[in-house]
Amino acid sequence: MEDLAHAALPPAMIETATAIGDWLIVLPILLSLLGAAFLMVLRRQRGAPVIGAVLIVGGVIAADVGLLLRILADGPLSMTMGRWLPPFGISLTADLFSAGFALAAAVVTLVVVLYAEMGRDAEKGRDGFHSMVLLLLAGVSGAFLTGDLFNLYVWFEVMLIASFGLIVLGGTPLQIDGAIKYGFINFLATTLFLLALGLTYGLLGALNMADIIRVAPEANPAALTGIAAILLLAFGTKAAAFPVNAWLPASYHTPLPAVSALFAGLLTKVGAYALLRTLIALLPQSRDLLEPVLVGLAITTLLIAPLGAIAETNLRRAAGFFVISGIGAILAGLALPSREGIAGAGLYIFHAMLSVTALYLIVGLIEQRTGERDTRRMGGLFVTSTPLSILFFGTILAIAGVPPFLGFWPKLLLLQAGVVEAGENWIGWALVLALVINAVLTLIAGTRIWAHIFLRNGPEGVAGALEPMALRPWTGRARLAMGSTLLLCGVIFAISLWPNPMMEVGQKASAELLDTSRYVDAVGLAEVMP
Amino acid sequence: MDYVLAALVGVFIALGVYLLLSRSVVRMLLGMTILGNGVNLLIFTAGRVTRGVAPIVPEGLDAPVGPIANPLPQALILTAIVIGFSMFAFLLVLAYRAYKSLDADNTDRMRLAEPDDAPQPPLSY
Repeated sequence: MEDLAHAALPPAMIETATAIGDWLIVLPILLSLLGAAFLMVLRRQRGAPVIGAVLIVGGVIAADVGLLLRILADGPLSMTMGRWLPPFGISLTADLFSAGFALAAAVVTLVVVLYAEMGRDAEKGRDGFHSMVLLLLAGVSGAFLTGDLFNLYVWFEVMLIASFGLIVLGGTPLQIDGAIKYGFINFLATTLFLLALGLTYGLLGALNMADIIRVAPEANPAALTGIAAILLLAFGTKAAAFPVNAWLPASYHTPLPAVSALFAGLLTKVGAYALLRTLIALLPQSRDLLEPVLVGLAITTLLIAPLGAIAETNLRRAAGFFVISGIGAILAGLALPSREGIAGAGLYIFHAMLSVTALYLIVGLIEQRTGERDTRRMGGLFVTSTPLSILFFGTILAIAGVPPFLGFWPKLLLLQAGVVEAGENWIGWALVLALVINAVLTLIAGTRIWAHIFLRNGPEGVAGALEPMALRPWTGRARLAMGSTLLLCGVIFAISLWPNPMMEVGQKASAELLDTSRYVDAVGLAEVMP
Repeated sequence: MDYVLAALVGVFIALGVYLLLSRSVVRMLLGMTILGNGVNLLIFTAGRVTRGVAPIVPEGLDAPVGPIANPLPQALILTAIVIGFSMFAFLLVLAYRAYKSLDADNTDRMRLAEPDDAPQPPLSY
C-alpha cells in the first residue's frame, strides 16, 4: 500500500535549494515590501523617509535591470515558493514584458518620490506617504512578475489598498468624493476578477499560468470564453476602457499631483498588462472568439477619449482622458494578435507608463506655479515659464505619437499590424483609421490646452490683457520637482531618439508571449505537456 | 449539493448587484459584502463539494489513503475573505467620512469631483 502510493505519484516537493541567481525575481517585490515596513518605523524622522525611499527604489531599479538582462540572455525565469513543485506551489514567473514593465514602474516611482516633496511640508512627514508608495510599487511589481492567477489577484489587492491610502491622503472633501468612486469600482473589478478565477479553477483545476496554458486547449471553449469575457470586463474596468471608464476622470484629479501621476502611470497599465497576459498568452482561443468585442472596445475608446479631453477645462481631468486614450491603443494591439500587434500593445504600455506620468508631473507643476486647476483661469505662461511650455508641448507630441517622439514607435508597430490585417478583412482598416483619427484628435486636444495655458495672453474673458499672470515664486522643493520631471522627460527623449533596443526587446517579448513554450518550460511543466 | 450551492451563489450575486445599483453608499457597501461572499461560495463550490475526509496525510505516508476533501479552495477563500474584509473596513470608514464631510449618503449629491454645473467646453482656438 505504502509503496503503491509512493510509486503512483510524481514528486511534489523541491529537494534542492534555489540557485542564488534565481532569487533575482523576488528582489523587486521583497525590497519594496520590506522597505515599506522599514519606512513606517522611520516616518517620524525628518527627511529620513525620502532618502530611504530613494535608496530602496534605486535598489528595486537595479534588481529590475538585472532581471531584464538575465531574461534577455536566458529566456523566462521562474521561481516557485514554499518548496512545492509547480503547479502546486505559487510560481513567480517573469518574461521580457514582465521585467520591462516592472523596470518602467520602478523608474516612474523614483521620479514621483522626488517630485512629491513639492506638495509636502515639514509637518506632513509623518503620514506614511513613502510607505504607501513603496507598498504600491510592491503590488505593481508583484502583479507584473507573478506566474499564478490567484497571486495576481493578491497583488491587485495590495496595489488597491495602497492606492486607497494614497488617494485620501490629505482628506479634503474633494478627495473623499473621488475616493468613494475610485474605491467602489476598483473593489468591484477585483471581485469580478476573483469570480472569473473561481470559475477557472472549477473548469481547469489550475491557477498556475503555465499550467493553464497547458490544460486550456482541452477545456470546453464556450465556458472558457465566458471566463475570458468576465476577465475582459474586470481588467477592462481596471484599465478604464471605454464603457467602464467613467471612474477615472472622476477620481484621478482629486489627490496630490504626485499621487495622480503615480496612479496614471502605474495602475491602469497593470490592468492592461493583465489583459495582455490572460487573453494573449493564457486563453488565445477565447480571445479569437472575443475579437469583435475587442475591436469595438478599441475603436470606441480611441475615438471617445480625446473628445473628452477637448471638452474639458479642468487641466488634470483633461489629462485623465489622455490616459484612457492610450488604453484604446493597447486594446487595438490586443485585437491584432500578430507579432507586430502584440509588440505594439506591449511597447505602448511601456510608453504610456513613462509619458503619461510625465504629463501629469508637468500638469502638477503648472498647477503649483499658477495656483489654479482650471485652464480658463490660466494664460500667458509662455513668457514666464518657457521650459514648462516646451516640456508640455513635447509630452503632448509624445502621447499623440508624432515622430520621432516615444509614442510614435509603438503606434508604428500597431499601424503595421493593422495594415497587414487589412489585407484580409475590414477589421485592420477600421483599427488603422481609428488609430490615425485618435492621433489627430489627441493632437488637437493637447495643442488647444497648450494654447490656452501658454499662448493666450491672459485668463479667459480678460481680452487683450498683455500682462502675463502672476506666478508663485520658485521654491527649493519646486525646483527639485522640476528637476525630477526633466529627468523623466530626458529618459523619454533618449528612448525616442534611440528606439532600436526598445523595439528589439518588444519584438522578442511579443514572440515569447505568442509562443509560450519557453514560458511553460521555465516554470518546469514542459515535460508533462500533452 | 453542488446545484443547491450554485443556485445560492446566483442568489447572492443577484442580491449584491441589486444593492450595488442603489444610490445609498451604505446599501452599496452591503451589496459589495454580499457579492464578495457569493464569490467566495462560488470558489468553494468550484473546488467540488465531496463527502471526503479532512485532507490530512497519515504519519509515515506520502499520500492520503482514500478520497479526501479538496483543501485548496479553502486556502483561496480564506485569503479572499481577509482581503475582502480589509477593503470593506476601509470603504466603511470612507463612507462615514463622506457622510461627515460631504453630508451625503446619496451618490447623486456627491458632485464635488464632477460638478453638476460643469463649464461649457472652451470655444477659443
